[in-house]
Amino acid sequence: MANKVERDEVTGVETTGHEWDGIKELNNPLPRWWVLVFYATIAFSVVWWILYPSWPTLTGYWGGILGSNQRLDLDRRMAEARAAQAQWLEKIATLDTEAVAADPELLSFAMRGGEVAFKENCAACHGLGGAGQFNYPSLADDDWLWGGTLADIEQTIRHGIRFYDDPDTRDSQMPAFGDILEREQVEDVVQYVLSLSGRAEDGEAAARGSEVFAEQCAACHGDDGRGMKELGAPNLTDGIWLYGGEPQDIRAQILKPRHGVMPAWQTRLEDEVIKMVTIYVHNLGGGE
Amino acid sequence: MAVAAAHAAGVRAETAYNEDIVRLFTVATIFWGIVGFLVGVYIAFQLAYPVLNLGLEWTTFGRLRPIHTSAVIFAFGGNALLATSLYVVQRTCRTSLFGGPALASFLFWGYQLFIVLAALGYLLGVTQSKEYAEPEWYVDLWLTLVWVVYLVIFFGTLLRRKEPHIYVANWFYLAFIITIAVLHIFNNLAVPVSWTGTKSYSLFAGVQDALVQWWYGHNAVGFFLTAGFLGMMYYFVPKQAERPIYSYRLSIVHFWALIFLYIWAGPHHLHYTALPDWAQVLGMTFSVMLWMPSWGGMINGLMTLSGAWDKLRWDPVLRFLVVSVAFYGMSTFEGPLMSVRQVNALSHYTDWTVGHVHSGALGWVAFVTFGALYYLVPRLWKAERLYSIRLVEWHFWIATLGVVLYITSMWVSGIMQGLMWRSYDSLGFLQYSFVETVAAMHPFYVIRAFGGVLFLIGALIMAYNLWRTMRREIREEELLPSQAGALRVAPAE
Repeated sequence: MANKVERDEVTGVETTGHEWDGIKELNNPLPRWWVLVFYATIAFSVVWWILYPSWPTLTGYWGGILGSNQRLDLDRRMAEARAAQAQWLEKIATLDTEAVAADPELLSFAMRGGEVAFKENCAACHGLGGAGQFNYPSLADDDWLWGGTLADIEQTIRHGIRFYDDPDTRDSQMPAFGDILEREQVEDVVQYVLSLSGRAEDGEAAARGSEVFAEQCAACHGDDGRGMKELGAPNLTDGIWLYGGEPQDIRAQILKPRHGVMPAWQTRLEDEVIKMVTIYVHNLGGGE
Repeated sequence: MAVAAAHAAGVRAETAYNEDIVRLFTVATIFWGIVGFLVGVYIAFQLAYPVLNLGLEWTTFGRLRPIHTSAVIFAFGGNALLATSLYVVQRTCRTSLFGGPALASFLFWGYQLFIVLAALGYLLGVTQSKEYAEPEWYVDLWLTLVWVVYLVIFFGTLLRRKEPHIYVANWFYLAFIITIAVLHIFNNLAVPVSWTGTKSYSLFAGVQDALVQWWYGHNAVGFFLTAGFLGMMYYFVPKQAERPIYSYRLSIVHFWALIFLYIWAGPHHLHYTALPDWAQVLGMTFSVMLWMPSWGGMINGLMTLSGAWDKLRWDPVLRFLVVSVAFYGMSTFEGPLMSVRQVNALSHYTDWTVGHVHSGALGWVAFVTFGALYYLVPRLWKAERLYSIRLVEWHFWIATLGVVLYITSMWVSGIMQGLMWRSYDSLGFLQYSFVETVAAMHPFYVIRAFGGVLFLIGALIMAYNLWRTMRREIREEELLPSQAGALRVAPAE
């Protein structure tokens, strides 16, 4: 193609003489500011290479004149952060939770540290503020499955519940009474358990159920149905239900019970952190 | 102008272009665009309302997200690049496609099969867990074959061109095709567990794997979503504006600078990780140096409008193309900025990244594609003009509003998230827990999803408009005097 250079009527700039499918090109120079900024970014990069670790060499890499090193920076800043908290953490490490809670300054530090750790580790199941959700107990009321003293809470956090990697984990199993009781007996017990919170639908059935309850259930849940914290057997009289309080929920739990599992946190959280979380949970509203 | 038209008419008479294949890829572009945007809107709502995960493994965010990303990048963007590159290379080389219609058909159906195989894998949980390279080995092998055929067709067509020089759009398309082949092959080197199973293990491990993945990942942005679409820009902007390209020299210098620098920028995705400091610094500085080479394309696109700026008042197709170049300029300034380690310390892992990606994806890639589609469809289907110019106006404003809502909400959300992560209280504890940052982002997730809805509505309007155009219908509507005449497309061949 013998294309020829033309002059663009609008801008007065010459074309290059190329043309493709009607598209021509003007022969404008590189914009000066574009070239200068391009050079500036190159200069910036060269300065950066001198200051910071940059080009690899045969034996290693150029370390930069600032001596910057991300890993050492991180170590240093983590050390600084720990040093800033050391005055409180060192005391918490040596004291038990009762003693920490008795010291107002340590208590306020532990409450904040416990809150931070709780939100990162515990809130996914127990909810923000320990409000709980279906299948996961509230930690903000005074109904405790395994006890609500500082020592009880700390034991639960350290060793978990039905977490068999930890030999000291809290453990209990409710039998599946679907295999043990007749179907009518189960219905009677459902009515009796409802009656404990004043909600029985069938008084006669509840009366029959009380006998079955005394035989089969009272050993763990207590003669009065108020539960037994040593075994994690819940109080059935307070209207607080982990797996639902409707008749069908109670029936399901009797026939084939569900058992909650909580991890043992002593392998994941530092000792001081466990103490702080204990104090935080204890102070959510129901601590004993 | 009259001479050029006569010249073009003469060209048409002597060359039979393969437009069937371009029409197929055009329809596929529109179809996959709608699919990709729809899934994107759905997963945006999932982030705001997790109940939409539906409790089914197939509909969780984790499986739908790669369907969205692959659908918009490889299905929508890929088909758009295939459609336009095969259209542009024929016209700017004045020759039909190398390999003939059979090879072109294989390319089309082979590529669609790749998309379907990849998407089925994601739904069923078959993934090698590399971002933007999720398909397993059997899909990768198939794509490699298809891609080599693409290269053969494109390169063969260039070789038998009837023009003395290769037009700049074709340089960009060729760089895109070759580099994507190299990236795809190396990042997907893996050993299948068995020939009958889907699972494979990568040849790379640990930080080497991360580096190769982000060398791939960043250059998927650089060569798929930048170089390829710059090729598109270099043809459709001057065509729609009917103006010469601003600077030939700039196109050469920014092409080579872009190609050379982009390939090193990947490590900026791995700041503050196990990647050695020196590699991070090199990745960052090469990203900073990439700023002007990227902007070369923006300058050439925008300055091509010198003498034609008035057309923006009445030509919504040109408006799509020009606004896309503006978004391109914005994203390619934001990118080098975010690659600086100290900035990245705030932005990394936050929604800011998501906003940045979408200002490029929605504002640049999708808008330039919309412009190209509005240019192509009346010409490919030999319609007198687009069915409705007014609907293009509506599409433009609804989509622009959607993009603005999307990226501003993600900026605010991302910077807030980054600041919340790094704030400490007076006792030295983190001020906010992760779940509190998630709760704080909820309103912005809702705004973002709404922006996505607007973008999807715009695309549906476009699909309707293009469908009626393909039927060669013209809507009764009042147009400005300049619109009525100038937006008429001279019936092609």
